[in-house]
Amino acid sequence: MLRLEARTRQGDFELDLTLEVEAGRCLALAGPSGAGKTTALRIAAGLIRPDAGRVTCGEQTWLDTTHGIDVAPERRRCGYVFQDYALFPHLRVWQNVAYGLRELPRSQRRRHAETLLERFGMRELADARPATLSGGERQRVAVARALARSPRALMLDEPLSALDARTRASAARELGGVLREAGVPTLLVTHDFAEAAQLGDEVGVIDAGSIVQRGTATELAAKPRSPFVADFTGAVVVTGQARAGHDGLTVVDLDGGAGTASSAEPHAGGRVALSIYPWEITLLPATGQAEGSAQNRVAAEVVSVTAVGSRVRVGLEAGQPLTAEVTQTAADALGLVPGARIVASWKAAATRLVDL
Amino acid sequence: MRAWFPALLVVALAAVLLFLTLPLVAVFVNVPPGRLIASLGEEGALDALWLSLQTSGIALVIILVVGTPAAYLLATRSFRGRSAAVTLIELPLVLPPAVAGIALLAALGPGGILGGLIEDAGVGLVFETAGVVVALTFVASPFYIRQAQAAFESVDPTLLGASRTLGAGEAETFVRIAIPTARAGLLSGTALAWGRALGEFGATLVFAGSFQGVTQTAPLAILERFGTDFTAAIALSAVLVALSAALLLAVKGLSGSAAPGSRAAA
Repeated sequence: MLRLEARTRQGDFELDLTLEVEAGRCLALAGPSGAGKTTALRIAAGLIRPDAGRVTCGEQTWLDTTHGIDVAPERRRCGYVFQDYALFPHLRVWQNVAYGLRELPRSQRRRHAETLLERFGMRELADARPATLSGGERQRVAVARALARSPRALMLDEPLSALDARTRASAARELGGVLREAGVPTLLVTHDFAEAAQLGDEVGVIDAGSIVQRGTATELAAKPRSPFVADFTGAVVVTGQARAGHDGLTVVDLDGGAGTASSAEPHAGGRVALSIYPWEITLLPATGQAEGSAQNRVAAEVVSVTAVGSRVRVGLEAGQPLTAEVTQTAADALGLVPGARIVASWKAAATRLVDL
Repeated sequence: MRAWFPALLVVALAAVLLFLTLPLVAVFVNVPPGRLIASLGEEGALDALWLSLQTSGIALVIILVVGTPAAYLLATRSFRGRSAAVTLIELPLVLPPAVAGIALLAALGPGGILGGLIEDAGVGLVFETAGVVVALTFVASPFYIRQAQAAFESVDPTLLGASRTLGAGEAETFVRIAIPTARAGLLSGTALAWGRALGEFGATLVFAGSFQGVTQTAPLAILERFGTDFTAAIALSAVLVALSAALLLAVKGLSGSAAPGSRAAA
């Protein structure tokens, strides 16, 4: 179990974090850049000392500012995979991996490093220099190097962000397997919610120096506790005034004169943010028929049409900006072009409400 | 008309090259090769060259051993008075050499601030070979420390952090990561400092004098011959030019082979 409590101030930025991770679990800290994610990892590893805080790992206390304890990073045994991997450019691949193997006799270090590289399918590159490796290869060397010392905890800073889209998926699968196998508390930092959902057993959304919501990725997407979390999970967020409606539905008068929307979630009334996922919004011709009160209908103008793989991302203006994601076939059938008038529709059950 | 600016650049570079190399070439074409070799056999010439190599070598070792950690501190920590320290270290760079010699006399000479202390310790500096080493160290060390500081500043700090998380303490990180990744810059600083020490002249003359075999380094020997035997002066100069050029090339070769590391760190 890794526990971290830290408060620190760097200029205008204030960090106030409390978190714990069980052994064998991975907590993904996700948030925009500048939210303090990397600072949290550096505090855990001992590379930054917070103004006040406590870090414990298992039985060990790594930091306790009230008792003047601050264990040097080299004595924490905290594995760290840096964002740009930070491989030592003057050392060969195997020497990078063997760098932390100081307890082994010199003669065994190379063999041990090669065994680890073998596991990552990198044995043949043992004698290569980091500068000659691809992004995916560097990432594997960095992970192998961090694991070589059998760390007590593992810090991963944007482990996939330096990879191209093609390698990222396979690297993520591989890394997931490695994390399960390592069996130590892992803190992972990413700005990408999808990556956090894929690699973290739990996701902590971090904003302006503190964790605003923590839970499984599904929980966060289903019940975002703030518009920020909803937006971060990829949802469309619009605002309005809520009031009680018929059949237990909540009716929201949308800001910007877009009309009303209903949600299956009960609400006493007041200012709210609605969050809907783009793929939950269907587009209908402006002349389409209503399908009952459980179906929201908002008249909108098409602003942009962008193909993303086999899907089409449609930017809409309905007093407030909306984004819908539809199939290419649907887009062709509707004749979606900027300026076209259509109706955006989504189910009341898909509309989550967050108090403002 | 469009190409006037590139043409200007080429002309400027050509002027620089011509102006800087012509005197060096002249040193060699002015003396027949036979005379050059013969001049080395002259009394004092070899002595002076040997003394120059010895004293500059010792000064260089002192500069590297003390200057490298000092530069690392300046490059990696921020502390009160850091910029004042940097300025103080740069000061000898702009000091006229003769002034440097007089300043050394005032500090370490028989009547200087620390003169008594040094005398009690039984160390002779003035008019002694050790004094030459002191003068060379004083004049040449800023060249190295400045360059070394810049080299350490360009080392990616996450490399140092990575080393720490892998179990290496600060000292080990310094030796195994910081020095190798800053190698190219450290070597060019070494070349600059050595070149400066080999050519040092004013401070040595004022502080240590010019006694053949004791304090008369090659530049001082050249000065002595300049008044009496111009050909001998040119011959010795040619040797010094060749030695300095060899030094520069050797260091360039060394730092060239270190280039892959420095590229990746950038």
